[in-house]
Amino acid sequence: MKNKRVNDLSSMPVIIGAAGVAGQTEGKGPLSERFDYVFADDGMGENTWESAEKALCRKAFETATAKSGLAYEDIGIVFGGDLVNQCTPSAFGLKDYGIPFAGLFGACSTFALGLALAAVFVDRKIFRFAAAEASSHFCSAEKQFRMPLEYGGQRPPTAQRTVSGAGACILGQKENGVCVKKVMFGRICDRGVTDATNFGAVMAPAAADTAAVFLQETKTSPTDYGMILTGDLGKVGSELMTQLLLEENKIDISGVQTDCGNIIYDDVCQDVHCGGSGCGCSASVVASHIYRKIADGETDNVLFIGTGALMSPLSSLQGDTVPGIAHAVLIGRKGNCV
Amino acid sequence: MGKSKKIKSEAEIQYDKKVKEVSPTSPLLTDCVKAFLFGGAVCVVGEVFYTLYSYLGVSEKNCATGVSITLIVIAAALTGIGVFDKIAKHAGAGTVVPITGFANSVAAPAIEFATEGHITGTAVKMFSIAGPVIVYGSAAASLYGLIYYCFCRGV
Repeated sequence: MKNKRVNDLSSMPVIIGAAGVAGQTEGKGPLSERFDYVFADDGMGENTWESAEKALCRKAFETATAKSGLAYEDIGIVFGGDLVNQCTPSAFGLKDYGIPFAGLFGACSTFALGLALAAVFVDRKIFRFAAAEASSHFCSAEKQFRMPLEYGGQRPPTAQRTVSGAGACILGQKENGVCVKKVMFGRICDRGVTDATNFGAVMAPAAADTAAVFLQETKTSPTDYGMILTGDLGKVGSELMTQLLLEENKIDISGVQTDCGNIIYDDVCQDVHCGGSGCGCSASVVASHIYRKIADGETDNVLFIGTGALMSPLSSLQGDTVPGIAHAVLIGRKGNCV
Repeated sequence: MGKSKKIKSEAEIQYDKKVKEVSPTSPLLTDCVKAFLFGGAVCVVGEVFYTLYSYLGVSEKNCATGVSITLIVIAAALTGIGVFDKIAKHAGAGTVVPITGFANSVAAPAIEFATEGHITGTAVKMFSIAGPVIVYGSAAASLYGLIYYCFCRGV
């Protein structure tokens, strides 16, 4: 029997606490007023970039928990992840709360993956409360994947800037609020792209695949959603996803699709080439800006598709292709939200 | 064992084409002009120091060495205070090709990995970018020396 890909969460777990925090550059962008907290300095008062990312992770998680009104011990599990080797910022950042922890690696799709898992855990009543958290830091990502910060190189115009930011959501059962209605885990898509400076091209086929399957299985069209929100496709990836869906599935998402990477920075004033990327990109935008938009009644039924490029510095050096992945989470209103 | 090489399928080639169409390209002309001007400026600075050292009575051979050392010190210092990458963003090959690029490529990882320790971080990672230049540069120099020694002595 063929598996159904889209999971209906009949109890519609509610996001009872959400927080998105950001670094200095992101704080100067168009969403500065929307974040729950903006760090004035990218060092975040820590000695290393990796520790700075820990601080991002903690700030997002603590703020979200405080908003939920829960104590740490109420939370059954936290799904957390980032881009640094062996997910140390998430593990070290969350170690002091005494909450069961499941480290995730979904590259930049980690937040969508964590949110989907937390929602499933709450819906299936495995835990009363579950949390999702993801972070990235520009400096720790550059150090791990690219060149040292002070290296004088030029970035290609297709490159994206890793967002210094983190987002966290606490989910639980509640009568009304912003909730997760459906989730769909993505499959790995490889179209043979080897250019690790063009992640938009890597992730677009995965995003298109996830969107197409989701829309077909739920028998809906893009206009049924307030927004089809991709994680960090950037300009190139968004264009490619739109083209792929139109050509291969006859689905037109133009006008409905928005990308977290495209809205987090100012295209003109901030020199970020093709937009933002990283786990923290969709995490900080969804947990602050998008969450508030839904809670305030400005939009509803946001099909959030978190996108990730599955690679390591090693795999790239060895000439391997970069496969993409995309997980979908349908976020909307439940009951009287306001 | 070696680097994986995969022959691309027709669908993958088609997708590559589509990616190329959509992806913005570097502004080649602007980049070239900027590289020419910045690279030229580095040479002018070098020339100024050369003239200065000559004026101070340094021999021709030592002047050349002195100029190289001066440019390396300037580039490393600019890297240390976080200015070099901001210039290089515009200069491109203009600062990468001269010895300034070499100095920066050693200084940048040395600073970056200081958090992993002076031995296990800085010293280990210092040549992570410049290493290939040193390895293949000295290998080529040795080969050239060998050829010269065998065939060109006394010519």
